[in-house]
Amino acid sequence: MPAAPKTMRETHASVAGVTRIFPAVGGQPPVHALGPLDLDLAKGEFFAVVGPSGCGKSTLLEVLAGLSAPTEGTVTFEGRPVAGQVPDGVGVVFQEDASFPWLTVWDNVAFGLRRAGFEAAEIKRRVDYAVGFMGLADFAQAYPAQLSGGMRQRVCIARTLVLQPRLILLDEPFGALDQQTRLLMGDELLRLWRETGATVLLITHALDEAAMLSDRVGAMSARPGRFIDLVETGWPRDRDSRIVSDESFGRLTGHLWSLLREESMKASGHKR
Amino acid sequence: MSASAVDKAAAAKPANPALRRWMDFILLIAGLVGVWYGLHLWAGDVALTSPYATVAKLIQLMGQAWFWPHVGETLLALFYSLLIASVGGLGLGTLLGIHRLSGQIAEPILVALYALPKITLYPLILLIFGLGLSAKVAFGAIHGIIPVTIFALNAVRNIKPVYLKTARVMRLTPLQAMRTVWVPAALPEIVSGQRIGFALTLLGVLLGEMFASQQGLGFLIINAIGLNDVPTIMALALLLALFAVTVSSLLLALDRKLHARS
Repeated sequence: MPAAPKTMRETHASVAGVTRIFPAVGGQPPVHALGPLDLDLAKGEFFAVVGPSGCGKSTLLEVLAGLSAPTEGTVTFEGRPVAGQVPDGVGVVFQEDASFPWLTVWDNVAFGLRRAGFEAAEIKRRVDYAVGFMGLADFAQAYPAQLSGGMRQRVCIARTLVLQPRLILLDEPFGALDQQTRLLMGDELLRLWRETGATVLLITHALDEAAMLSDRVGAMSARPGRFIDLVETGWPRDRDSRIVSDESFGRLTGHLWSLLREESMKASGHKR
Repeated sequence: MSASAVDKAAAAKPANPALRRWMDFILLIAGLVGVWYGLHLWAGDVALTSPYATVAKLIQLMGQAWFWPHVGETLLALFYSLLIASVGGLGLGTLLGIHRLSGQIAEPILVALYALPKITLYPLILLIFGLGLSAKVAFGAIHGIIPVTIFALNAVRNIKPVYLKTARVMRLTPLQAMRTVWVPAALPEIVSGQRIGFALTLLGVLLGEMFASQQGLGFLIINAIGLNDVPTIMALALLLALFAVTVSSLLLALDRKLHARS
């Protein structure tokens, strides 16, 4: 089934005219990190953001999550403006390992539910399910220090998942993992996306990951980050990592690279 | 073949790890006593009493009524100084850790104060507090409060920002974030600071008692030094070492348990 045509989309979250300028600190000039930038995320869409390092991808995520305020422009989630607080229904998985070392895997996953005051039976049901879904059942009573980096990242994904967010923001969650693990984690992410029907925004530096997982890929310019193109992938909803052998996959990653090559050279200080 | 090798390895491993730890502990104590005895043979009774004579002297001291008020005095001074050093240092360090700029300004000052031999300030302490308990408490507290503050400052400042972001994404109230993220994240370092703070506070109290004091174990030691009473010096040193090692080991065990997870 091809991706739904544009006209049928219902906007779930959007940024409009957003810029983020970090004020001058200690004699350094102010840094224009992002924008101006517009983006509409359709409900249930899987959107990936790619771009050269330092182009403001993470800043975009923080602004969208309500973790940092835009200098200009507006952010909306489910029709309401996002201002100064993370809205209910938004989950974030960060690039760094955010699992709490003082809690077991199970308690890490239960953390948000407990704070939100869910009943014990409901917490148990959701945590047991998420721990199993993420392949952590054998490690439920282990501490994060006993786990590999990939498993810790899965703990963080499970911890976000149990809160049943309607918008999931992922900031290079597989950045520290090897290629094979990344592909498998990508499959898990797709499964999760299909099961929950959530809207997903994935930030990644891996073009193949973006091309394989998403409905749409936003390619960002070097700093200050703007979208230079939004590419529809046209994958069916029940895709998995096997599409990497599809011939259109190669075409897609090739197209993304041609968009980003120049920008990446700018970002890394190369002269043509 | 490989199966029998595994069996052998399993058999070589002692069944009870707790038992093995006790064996290691006993061996360590035996080794230390052996070194002590060797030093005693080398230096003679005039400088170093034997382990047996020291323990006998300590038991004799503990049997005398006049001895216990001195122990009480030292414990009381230690209790008050620890209270000031741990609670004060924890509070001060936490505030400096939260307020980044103050922390950056205070840290080099604290480090300089930490390096300063506090004994040089003792005349000032005496002039301010006079002879007696309050001078000892003040002297103990200034020894302990600085490391406790430095550790607490770093514990709070080094909490990974991603934990605090997670707290915001989970929409925690400030109180929830404090209780369930800040405190557990900072705790291992704070306990390390308390452990070092304890050792230095005890040192400060004893030093305070050794000069210009009429009470306490420090006073008994300096008195024994004046009388060249080696058995008493050794007995008191043994008592203090046993006390310090016990408390430190308990804190170290807690410290290791907390750090093993991070």
